[in-house]
Amino acid sequence: MSDHEYTPKSKAGKWFNDRLPLLTLANHLTDYPTPKNLNYWWTFGGILTFCLITQIVTGLTLAMHYIAHADMAFESVEHIMRDVNYGWLIRYIHANGASMFFLAVYIHIFRSLFYGSYKAPREIIWIIGIIIYLLMMAAAFMGYVLPWGQMSFWGATVITNLFSAIPLVGEGIVTWLWGGYSVDNPTLTRFFTLHYLIPFLILGLVVLHIWALHVPGNNNPVGIDVKKPSKDTVPFHPYIVIKDGFALLMFMIVFAFFVFYTPNILGHADNYIEADPLVTPAHIVPEWYLLPFYAILRSVPDKLLGVIAMLSAILILAALPWLDTSKIRSAVFRPLYKQFYWILVADVLILGYVGAMPAEGLYLLVARVATAYYFLHFLVILPVLGLKEKTLPVPLSITEPILGGTANLATARNKESSIK
Amino acid sequence: MSEKKTNRRDFLFTATYAVGAVGVGATVWPMIDQMNPDASVKALASTEVDVSSLTPGKTITVLWRGKPVFIRRRTEDEIADARSVKLDDLKDPEKDEDRAKNPEWLVMLGVCTHLGCVPLNDKGDYNGWFCPCHGSHYDTSGRIRKGPAPTNMEVPKYEFVNANTIKIG
Repeated sequence: MSDHEYTPKSKAGKWFNDRLPLLTLANHLTDYPTPKNLNYWWTFGGILTFCLITQIVTGLTLAMHYIAHADMAFESVEHIMRDVNYGWLIRYIHANGASMFFLAVYIHIFRSLFYGSYKAPREIIWIIGIIIYLLMMAAAFMGYVLPWGQMSFWGATVITNLFSAIPLVGEGIVTWLWGGYSVDNPTLTRFFTLHYLIPFLILGLVVLHIWALHVPGNNNPVGIDVKKPSKDTVPFHPYIVIKDGFALLMFMIVFAFFVFYTPNILGHADNYIEADPLVTPAHIVPEWYLLPFYAILRSVPDKLLGVIAMLSAILILAALPWLDTSKIRSAVFRPLYKQFYWILVADVLILGYVGAMPAEGLYLLVARVATAYYFLHFLVILPVLGLKEKTLPVPLSITEPILGGTANLATARNKESSIK
Repeated sequence: MSEKKTNRRDFLFTATYAVGAVGVGATVWPMIDQMNPDASVKALASTEVDVSSLTPGKTITVLWRGKPVFIRRRTEDEIADARSVKLDDLKDPEKDEDRAKNPEWLVMLGVCTHLGCVPLNDKGDYNGWFCPCHGSHYDTSGRIRKGPAPTNMEVPKYEFVNANTIKIG
């Protein structure tokens, strides 16, 4: 936050701001000192905000035409596609928007993993982010159920049945979730309600996420604390706004490519068959963004343990700030971590691939090895690496490596202040 | 202040919290219970099925409470297969005699006990059912033999109303 107290220039502005300091907030957001070395991986926060707003706006308009009833849901979606003016466009934006949202969130998460953004003092930002990610998965899953196609129905059946793995009360919980003895109309209507609610919960959490971010300020590619404001920072507006805006435009090109040229490639053809409780599709797969976790679920031969493994794979991320024992944030200065980071990326991609394949033979073996490695990375490699690794020297400031540094801290400080 | 004695105020606090908790509980419970199966769902408790058209080796699937029910008229071989298995070989030991009172007829929920998919007929390593979702194999008695499912396919309550009609539920 900027050091100076903000006073609006106009009399009316001052009158209003004394009563509700919105202008102070706006001033904080525009002046907000940002590390000047942020690269394009840092633009995904803004892109994600755009994705959330897009989903809310298109979702609201779809809800004006959609009918949440087991007998009419499938037809009402076809009605949106064929009859409603630009209905096809709005639905394709919404359906592909979910995929784009996850694409952006995975880049955002892996950015954090590479540059150690989850480390002190940013643990709360990270944990709020994990909660947002969990809510995103819940919203995406329930949204996928709404068209009431075959994948909707059987996806809903399989995922809600995960709860039946809980000893003693599992069956009761599943019946309670369904509102019946199988996935049926009561399930559909409550999923619609929750699917409508969750984006607004996410919106609230995004405000907290940004609020928590603005306390310590952004991490940066060098991963050191910067003085704010200083010659290591630039004001958020216009510098970051322009950069975020440019990245968003590039992202929208990719988004538009999917919407206009290949709108169904990320979906499953079986979901254009209306739900049939008597026939399970031969090969049930979740949407691509859930595949790594699906692979973990299937790699464990026991029902309860499989569910526990899948949930742990997500929840383990919340403990990451404490599992990673290294004090150095950025992988740039951690030669070994950098290699393990890319192995983890490959591991998750492999899990995603085998998650889409049948759970048998070689695929199953690969899934088991990759699942074991996933947990090994977080539970063994990260804690040990932080204690053993020989890290490279970290610069004293963002500017130092460019203007030529010195090992002597006092000289460096003097030099900095003379440049200022 | 050194000694903490229970006084009237502590009693009032405790009593207030207790009454408050009961009030919150009484308000929250209807909100939770409304999600349970409602009266109209529960009313669809039983279904009658005409099985006169079934020849040995055929299966029909009917819908009961929104779930598929398999009714299979088993062949002599299948019955012999199912009855010759040693209980020690089973993951969820259950005698075929207990699952099919009338050995010719096997009635069970067509729901995989793993994650609820509908298994396929005449498939799998045990010539019974095979679940395509996550690869569970069931034998000719609908018992789990291989794969992630924890238990045998469930046998619902049913009875023969007459020689040709089964009432499920």
